[in-house]
Amino acid sequence: MADTAATQPTRSRDLDKLLLRPGNLVGPRFEPSAQLRDDVQNHARVLVVGAGGLGCELLKDLALSGFHNLDVIDMDRIEVTNLNRQFLFRVEDVGKPKAEVAAKRVMERISGVNIVPHFCRIEDKDIDFYNDFMIIALGLDSVEARSYINNVACSFLEYDSDDNPLEETIKPMVDGGTEGFKGHARVILPGITPCFECTIWLFPPQVKFPLCTLAETPRTAAHCIEYAHLIKWNEVHGGTDFDPDNPEHMKWVYDEAAKRAELFGIPGVTYSFTQGVVKNIIPAIASTNAIISAACTLETLKIATECSKTMSNYLTYNGSEGLHTKVAEFERDKDCLVCGPGVLIEVDTSVTLQKFMNLLEEHPKLQLTKASVAHRGKNLYMQAPPVLEEMTRSNLSLPLFDLMGKLSKDVVHVNGMTSKNNQKVSCLRKLRVAFKGVDGVTDMDTAGGA
Amino acid sequence: MAEPKVKYDRQLRIWGEQGQAALEKSSICLLNCGPTGSETLKNLVLGGIGSITVVDGSKVEVGDLGNNFLVDESSVGQSKAKCVCSFLQELNDSVKAKFVEEYPEALIETNPSFFSQFTLVVATQLVESSMIKLDRICREANVILIFARSYGLTGFVRISLKEHTVIESKPEHFLDDLRLNNPWPELKSFADSIDLTAQDPVAHKHIPYVVILVKMADEWAKSHGGKLPSTREQKKEFKDLLKARMISPDEDNYKEAIEASFKVFAPQGISWDLQKILNDSSSEVDSNSSDFWVMVSALKEFIANEGGGEAPLEGSIPDMTSSTEQYVNLQNIYLAKAEADFLVMEQLVRSTLKKIGRDSNSIPKATIRSFCKNARKLRVCRYRSIEDEFNSPNLPDLQKYLTDEDSSIAIGIYILLRAVDRFASNYNSFPGQFDSAIDEDIPRLKSTAIGLLSDLGCNGAALAEDLINEMCRFGAAELHAVAALVGGIASQEVIKLITKQFVPMSGTYIFNGIDHKSQLLSL
Repeated sequence: MADTAATQPTRSRDLDKLLLRPGNLVGPRFEPSAQLRDDVQNHARVLVVGAGGLGCELLKDLALSGFHNLDVIDMDRIEVTNLNRQFLFRVEDVGKPKAEVAAKRVMERISGVNIVPHFCRIEDKDIDFYNDFMIIALGLDSVEARSYINNVACSFLEYDSDDNPLEETIKPMVDGGTEGFKGHARVILPGITPCFECTIWLFPPQVKFPLCTLAETPRTAAHCIEYAHLIKWNEVHGGTDFDPDNPEHMKWVYDEAAKRAELFGIPGVTYSFTQGVVKNIIPAIASTNAIISAACTLETLKIATECSKTMSNYLTYNGSEGLHTKVAEFERDKDCLVCGPGVLIEVDTSVTLQKFMNLLEEHPKLQLTKASVAHRGKNLYMQAPPVLEEMTRSNLSLPLFDLMGKLSKDVVHVNGMTSKNNQKVSCLRKLRVAFKGVDGVTDMDTAGGA
Repeated sequence: MAEPKVKYDRQLRIWGEQGQAALEKSSICLLNCGPTGSETLKNLVLGGIGSITVVDGSKVEVGDLGNNFLVDESSVGQSKAKCVCSFLQELNDSVKAKFVEEYPEALIETNPSFFSQFTLVVATQLVESSMIKLDRICREANVILIFARSYGLTGFVRISLKEHTVIESKPEHFLDDLRLNNPWPELKSFADSIDLTAQDPVAHKHIPYVVILVKMADEWAKSHGGKLPSTREQKKEFKDLLKARMISPDEDNYKEAIEASFKVFAPQGISWDLQKILNDSSSEVDSNSSDFWVMVSALKEFIANEGGGEAPLEGSIPDMTSSTEQYVNLQNIYLAKAEADFLVMEQLVRSTLKKIGRDSNSIPKATIRSFCKNARKLRVCRYRSIEDEFNSPNLPDLQKYLTDEDSSIAIGIYILLRAVDRFASNYNSFPGQFDSAIDEDIPRLKSTAIGLLSDLGCNGAALAEDLINEMCRFGAAELHAVAALVGGIASQEVIKLITKQFVPMSGTYIFNGIDHKSQLLSL
């Protein structure tokens, strides 16, 4: 083989072919150059949310795809059952924070990579924390956590006066999810492709057994287990909350379930099955996590560099019966409360902040309680912590118009609670506030408004 | 040391102790431990595969540090196989990990019997000529072979073995085996013992829908000359009849019956898929037949005689609104029938074994039981030899792929992945491997690809220029994310092949990392 002298092999030997050479099937703003590779390495910060099965893979894949500035956030500690797939962890790591061990392992193996771990809940970080990243990669296993990050990323989105998203405010996300041999990978460009909330129907709420079935007509092993878990536990242990991570609690539920199953002649109650039902365990294997995380990483690289066409916009993978992959192009929900231009609220200039918050509670689409309100990064009112609550309390009696700097219209961000499927969930909403009788209001697009 | 059962909990919930035992018994050989191979094995080692042997003759270079997580700075200059092997060992100490510092191409030439010691060979980044030779060796030795290749933003995965039979195919959506329109005597008399017109509202809303549908199907057949609802109007009429029997709008059991009424309309007897397996020439068994085909032969007899046109009953019923007592009774009726069918099948299997001169107890009871439970879901996968596919692909399909817009990119990648090997054997480097030669490599690759197409019998077929350009741009780069994806797929297929559960992919999986419109091609 010839002319090796011209190209001294480096670490980025393979990646350079993609980033330094012009291509035909690439994004419109692809500028192949060593500069591009170096910019990815030095300036593109990516946040990995979750350091579990997907998160471990994502960190490795991103680090080996040229991203050298990564953060990872996860509140969990390592468990033995993680070891069949979360390849950055060893038996001796059990009990340690996932984010910290994952970051350390990847940095040990790939020099030049810097990974900052955050061992905390995603809600513990200020909203601004999330704005520091170019792209957010999600390796999560819960709808709630996805929803929260989606809310946060969409809250940065701003629209111009024609309701077109402002490009510099778009916070791209890539999201992966797996269950057994199946998984999905998707690209969310808020304002351009559907956000998590636009297609929330993809995650139907979990079906729960009716209590009367559990109490009166149990038929399956799961019914016996849920009876012990949801009914008998409270009858017997009144004051003590059931803790699924406490082996004694689990054993008690299993014993009770087994007794009940025997009484009714129902087969199938085992300790393992009891754990599965009570903790809603989703089976998970290394290969599926690898496939989905790699797809997410490729898309992250494409978003950062435009080195190839992008996936538009939702990939499903199913390997249980043959091998099926499919890309579906989902569409945005034009009225989405999360990624849309924001619900329009028209108020008089005399309305106080307190009155405004009351309006949010009564608003049929919002039903937003316990609101904390921010305007252009400034807290107008905060529910917590107590110090901030006290500091901002006096604003409640002031006119919102004055608090917002006497602008005829502007956006406020509201953090609070709303109800979804009859459950209270935290939410972040962007609201377009327009003041009646002030110049410019009549021109404002009221489509999708209050 | 953690209890292995706990460590593997999340996967035991998928393939069970038996699947795990199969993994732990197997030995895997990996050819070439670049990122594609390393990532494939990583996933298998984590899952507790029995033993691995890593074959690679190269030394770790600086460039490898940028795409392979299983080597690090201290590995540079050392045997790649050794370094990858030692990191894999670190992931799971219950796996036996070995390495052979030799080039796979050389091993294929000089020591073909080397491969017969393994359950399965994962061959990564091999060029066409070596693929063909290795495939011949593995087929001869009955070793499962799986090829994986990553090339720029593209790649492929291809399984190769003569035949793979699956008892536990575990389909996600499959019609329950309830026999609603063809009940056996015990089910019929249980249904007869329950009065649908009973006036007690509590009892009425706890009659399981299976009973409701067995009775209503019978009633319908009596008044329609023995026939079941078949036209759209009749099906609607049947559902309306069910609705009319409700005595209160909150009767979930009747709602379930209406929703499940399609199970009454389903044809009796076995499916076309199963019929195809019964008709397969392998079901004419002799002393060389596998256990699977011996059982299929017995199944054929069962269906023709004792089964009365049906396979052995599966024996399980879905959850449904019911009183506990009636549900448990119903469940026992299904279980008893399944057990009776199993006993008949067992006799048939034993006598078949005797007929072909084998020990009549050589197939364990548990295997026959599992076969009976899954009789309707059996799968047989066969794979063409690589040589056959490469030299004489299925021409009508190839032409269809080339002209169909939906598959033109995938087939383009397929052809180009073969063309780059031909290119490499002509020019001693892959197209675009060196920056200085890209401009001349593009037309060369194009003419190589067109030459290949015409050798395959597709004269005048064209490939997209953009794709040819991209292929040169990729210059045989092995990108980590692509390798992780292709390796992930390969490892998942390995698991299905070894556990003999679920259904492995058929044909060649073409990975398209450009827009992710990847595709399976059967050629």
